[in-house]
Amino acid sequence: MSDSTAPTQPIEVRFRGGGFAPKARRWVGLAVFIFLIGITEVGTRQGWISSLTLPKPSDVLATFGELWESGLLFKHLLPSLSRLAVGAAIGASVGIAVGIMIGLFSYVRAGMVPLVAAIFPIPKIALLPLFVIWFGIDEASKYALIAFGTFTPTVVATYGAVDNVDRSLIRMGQSFGLSWLSIVRKIVLPGAMPGILSGLRISLAIAIILLVAAEMLGAEYGIGAYILEAGSLYDLERLFAGVVILSLLGVILSTIIGFIEHRLLGWRA
Amino acid sequence: MDIRLEAISHSYGDTEVLRDISLDIPNGKIVCFVGPSGCGKSTLLRLIGGLERASKGRILQLGTPPKGCLNPLTYVFQDFALLPWRSVQGNISLVLEDHGIKGTQADTIIADVLARTKLSDFSKALPRQLSGGMKQRVAIARALAVKPAVMLMDEPLSALDSQTRELLMDDLVALWTRQSFTAAYVTHNLAEAVRLGHRIVVLSRRPGEVREIVEIDIPLADRSHGNAKLEQTQKHLWDMMRDEARAADEELLDV
Ligand SMILES: Nc1ncnc2c1ncn2[C@@H]1O[C@H](COP(=O)(O)OP(=O)(O)O)[C@@H](O)[C@H]1O
Ligand SMILES: [Mg+2]
Repeated sequence: MSDSTAPTQPIEVRFRGGGFAPKARRWVGLAVFIFLIGITEVGTRQGWISSLTLPKPSDVLATFGELWESGLLFKHLLPSLSRLAVGAAIGASVGIAVGIMIGLFSYVRAGMVPLVAAIFPIPKIALLPLFVIWFGIDEASKYALIAFGTFTPTVVATYGAVDNVDRSLIRMGQSFGLSWLSIVRKIVLPGAMPGILSGLRISLAIAIILLVAAEMLGAEYGIGAYILEAGSLYDLERLFAGVVILSLLGVILSTIIGFIEHRLLGWRA
Repeated sequence: MDIRLEAISHSYGDTEVLRDISLDIPNGKIVCFVGPSGCGKSTLLRLIGGLERASKGRILQLGTPPKGCLNPLTYVFQDFALLPWRSVQGNISLVLEDHGIKGTQADTIIADVLARTKLSDFSKALPRQLSGGMKQRVAIARALAVKPAVMLMDEPLSALDSQTRELLMDDLVALWTRQSFTAAYVTHNLAEAVRLGHRIVVLSRRPGEVREIVEIDIPLADRSHGNAKLEQTQKHLWDMMRDEARAADEELLDV
């Protein structure tokens, strides 16, 4: 442009775009797991990780095998899964319903938002004794704890998602004379679905945490009870076997939600 | 069915947006509304369609809507307002479902409106797969599906590039020529107004008042490019709007 300077070598334009667009890289997650477990295995075998710090992954695997063969695995896993399923289903469905009501009705919003804000920060585990008094020492109090813990994050995610539904689409529905119910069912709900599902990811992780807490405080069988027992004996192999089960549970739930997202939200590029 | 506006005024709080507007939208004609931005064109259209209530004045429907009409006053929006999670077909069936039209009856209507808007090959496509012009054609097809008495079109071509706009204008003319429809057509583009309008209502800057109503009696199909009479009309419109637009542009927005 300027002709006052001497001609210089042409410089190729530096690329500075790209990034900020995560893509599916299936095997990386697995590789990270394998790498960390591999390091631990080598370390514990060679002794630069003492056996008091971490158990040998192969021993944990062996413990897992025993658990499987003795049939104890399912004795612990099945009650845990049913508690998780019942509690999370109640909490999430009530949470979604209340969240949608908050999103749609001014009075519900005015009444519920402060209430939700007030109960959100309560560590739900602290309320377990209360639930035991209300619902008894059996399953019901565990359901209640898990449901309550899943409820609050689901509500917050849901009404945020409803708020974010494109108003011009709702206006369109009204202008074509759609009924209120149709607008909610066909416009508001699908529009809020991305936000609801990403809220559900968080809610379900919280549900697993609460499941274990509830089982630690009073259950004969269940992953939480198993971990507690192992912990009190300082049996690290069994402790880790229990923890691995929880992690797997988390991964499986997250995969399921990913699958649902793929099915329901295929319309997003 | 005609629409009559009787002394419509409208304010948002202290902001007077429209003042004393009286006019007719006759059956089978396209009435264009032009005016500087912010003069209340979109507001007027919302009032006509019953999405908002006018502060003063009345809006009347004269005569009965045509037979089989499901939604007499039907919008075509500037931003298309298509549900991104429904296919082209699904977006049209959305507005039929509530009237209990399902199955083959719905399929017939959908096939007909898609053919009229030249979209038959795209009935399964999702909105994100379509170009802007095609999205707006879907929105027009959806409006046609409910057999409206009056179409309320708020800058339907403003989100499109100029070539697409030309093509879509031709499509609208062809659509109207085949089967005339009634429309209130808001635009800020004078070329669009003289191409599509049987009657052009010029609004002043806010508060919007009717400055002039221009009738163009050349049939839509004969309004080719470079028609001297049309260019003259367009120039006349622009002369009228220039000062309004400049003044409107220089107003401080304190809303
Ligand atoms: N819902 C609303 N509340 C308050 N002011 C509004 C509202 N809608 C529009 N306005 C104001 O009314 C005026 C006219 O708006 P609009 O009808 O959108 O103009 P146009 O479509 O002609 O550009 C603008 O000044 C705008 O700020
Ligand atoms: Mg507007």
